[in-house]
Amino acid sequence: MPRLAYSFPEEVLEHVFSFIECDKDRGSISLVCKSWYEIEAWCRRRVFVGNCYAVSPATVVKRFPKVRSVAIKGKPHFADFNLVPEGWGAYVFPWIKAMAAAYPWLQEIRLKRMVITDECLELIAKSFKNFSVLVLTSCEGFTTDGLAAITANCRNLRELELRESEVEDICGHWLSHFPDSYTSLVSLNISCLGNEVNLSALERLVSRCTNLQTLRLNRAVPLEKLANLLRGAPQLVELGTGTYSTEMRPEVFANLAEAFSGCKQLKSLSGFWDVLPSYLPALYPVCSSLTSLNLSYATIQSSDLIKLVSQCESLQRLWVLDYIEDAGLEVIAASCKDLRELRVFPSDPFGLEPNVALTEQGLVSVSEGCTKLQSVLYFCRQMSNAALDTIARNRPNMTRFRLCIIEPRAPDYLTREPLDAGFGAIVEHCKDLRRLSLSGLLSDRVFEYIGTYGKKLEMLSVAFAGDTDLGLHHVLSGCDNLRKLEIRDCPFGDKALLANAAKLETMRSLWMSSCLVSYGACKLLGLKLPRLNVEVIDERGPPDSRPDSSPVEKLYIYRTVSGPRLDMPGYVWRMEDDSALRVS
Amino acid sequence: MGFEETELRLGLPGNAATEEVVRKRGFSETETHDHETATVDLMLNLSSKEPTTVADPTDKHNTLPKEKTLLPADPAKPPAKAQVVGWPPVRSFRKNMLAVQKSVGEESEKNSSPNPSFVKVSMDGAPYLRKVDLKMYKSYRELSDSLGNMFSSFTIGNCESQGMKDFMNESKLMDLLNSSDYVPTYEDKDGDWMLVGDVPWEMFVESCKRLRIMKGKEAIGLGLAPRAMAKSKNRS
Repeated sequence: MPRLAYSFPEEVLEHVFSFIECDKDRGSISLVCKSWYEIEAWCRRRVFVGNCYAVSPATVVKRFPKVRSVAIKGKPHFADFNLVPEGWGAYVFPWIKAMAAAYPWLQEIRLKRMVITDECLELIAKSFKNFSVLVLTSCEGFTTDGLAAITANCRNLRELELRESEVEDICGHWLSHFPDSYTSLVSLNISCLGNEVNLSALERLVSRCTNLQTLRLNRAVPLEKLANLLRGAPQLVELGTGTYSTEMRPEVFANLAEAFSGCKQLKSLSGFWDVLPSYLPALYPVCSSLTSLNLSYATIQSSDLIKLVSQCESLQRLWVLDYIEDAGLEVIAASCKDLRELRVFPSDPFGLEPNVALTEQGLVSVSEGCTKLQSVLYFCRQMSNAALDTIARNRPNMTRFRLCIIEPRAPDYLTREPLDAGFGAIVEHCKDLRRLSLSGLLSDRVFEYIGTYGKKLEMLSVAFAGDTDLGLHHVLSGCDNLRKLEIRDCPFGDKALLANAAKLETMRSLWMSSCLVSYGACKLLGLKLPRLNVEVIDERGPPDSRPDSSPVEKLYIYRTVSGPRLDMPGYVWRMEDDSALRVS
Repeated sequence: MGFEETELRLGLPGNAATEEVVRKRGFSETETHDHETATVDLMLNLSSKEPTTVADPTDKHNTLPKEKTLLPADPAKPPAKAQVVGWPPVRSFRKNMLAVQKSVGEESEKNSSPNPSFVKVSMDGAPYLRKVDLKMYKSYRELSDSLGNMFSSFTIGNCESQGMKDFMNESKLMDLLNSSDYVPTYEDKDGDWMLVGDVPWEMFVESCKRLRIMKGKEAIGLGLAPRAMAKSKNRS
């Protein structure tokens, strides 16, 4: 058989490869033969680094010399809930430095849970002449001065998105640094900024950037200013309001309603801080075409929420507070037939008693009425196996299911039994489930179900669950596609980890905190698996000062091709592998 | 609605809060042990900034303590439990945002209000008067909804709440006043009869001594209408 693979000129292969965008496929292509590896590397334009410590910047720029777009993730997911102490790491500077030298034509940087300083932002502004996209999600470490460097220098900037990042707000004038001649903005998200930006600069910017599609304002933008902004950008597709209340004045209302009706392309709404319900009808003209609605900061009653949501017949994504209540969810089940994603957040997460009439019934209603529902995040205070079973049978097409029953270890409220069977039903019926978060009273049995049925599961979050190591063993041995596992406050110890050590190299990362994994076991894992970084996080002091049998506070294990990281803070210890011993 | 609303009831009729679960106030519990000052603070804020129509002792200008105190307003409520770190899994950004916003139902918990502000409400043509506690509402809208429920069996044509909404819309005001619809008016501290809705909500609550729901025609006769129109026009 002729060896066709070798007879294609490089340019042809490059052209063919350019149609392959998925990273996994790109990886497969590169394994075919040496020349394909080289050609693929030469023409790869996008790189996604799921764990910034899994590979070094130097390795990436060396293998892929022509990258235009980079996405990097840093801290473990549980950092969102304050489980990762300050100063842990995920500094992006080494990446920016390496890319500044290697990728003068870099256009896009997307970061999640990383630390980015003003120095980094200045380096970006200086080094990449064609820089056009900066998206910072859950990042920290920078100030508005750094943003000013970006707006002043990046002539081709198209997207600037600060999503839920911690920005030190020094001065609102950073936005004014866009020169008057600058008109290429397509997307601006400043929703997480605390202070005011210069409103007149914003108005001028919005009206001269005729390609603007996404505008997410911060809370400091008053409602009276919204109508003007909308008039300046009637082509907007995505809008995040600022504060959504002011004195009830008929002319302000009329002005706003008119401005909204002028936005014929509007598909997504968010913001809605401090909502005054009387102003919600101004949105009615756009409701029927909305596909995404984020009301998760709108502290308004069920009846007002219902009036709004019942008009949004095209809704695909809805984020809302539990003020929606079961009654509201029933209305959604009847009105929003295209719903794919539902997130219900708790309005009073630390209260001991329920403050709203939201129970498992709301979720059951939606699972019945919304046949396209795939992704669920639901906070509630009671759940039953029966309800979970119903939900599972209603929606076998579910791919992401995250349930948070607020009280840890809460049993089935009807039978007082563990919720093993309920979650078991979820993994059994939802065969394409990729992400699952557990809560409530759970024994080892639920993990047996997960290991048996959760074959497509990629990410699992566990808290206050399980009885013995058998639980963890079921998951590690059964879930063939598991990439990320995060566990807190579970009685899992050494046995399961050590028995499934090799599994850890097939995963991106494992997080365990307040469990029963001993220091000795960590040392052993580190020793035997050199391609893992086994990092013990312990704020009590050096683990050596305690017996080997003593459980560690927190443990973060991740695979890497770059060996130990060099920026560990004082409370993180990496367990040595025996390669160090061999050298000496 | 009909006659249920006009039945003799011991509870506070037409009040949305009685139909709902009594809202547990999270962070606002920290304010409850300091009630008098909370109310006084509100008045001070009014003079220094543009007031909103939503009365709220925990508005943005107060620094909000992040933890609950262990002194609930209602001694029957259990003290707050020690919070587990990172549970429930709500991001700090979201927690902080919710903490500084006005919470639903805070003001409608009449247990917490030390000085209920009961005023008589009369409606032209109705056989008897009602009383409402203005402190139970956060906005004109809530009051108008409530009045609408209370007096719905007596109105002809538009129900009261729609009438209130319409009167807020300048262009419909004359239509309203010319029709048989009703106009809410109130007697203020100075003894003057004013049109409801001109001043910020909190100011209204403080100065209102009694409410009278007048027939539209009578309101014109009293010269309320031109004043109301002028006031609306002045506010730009």
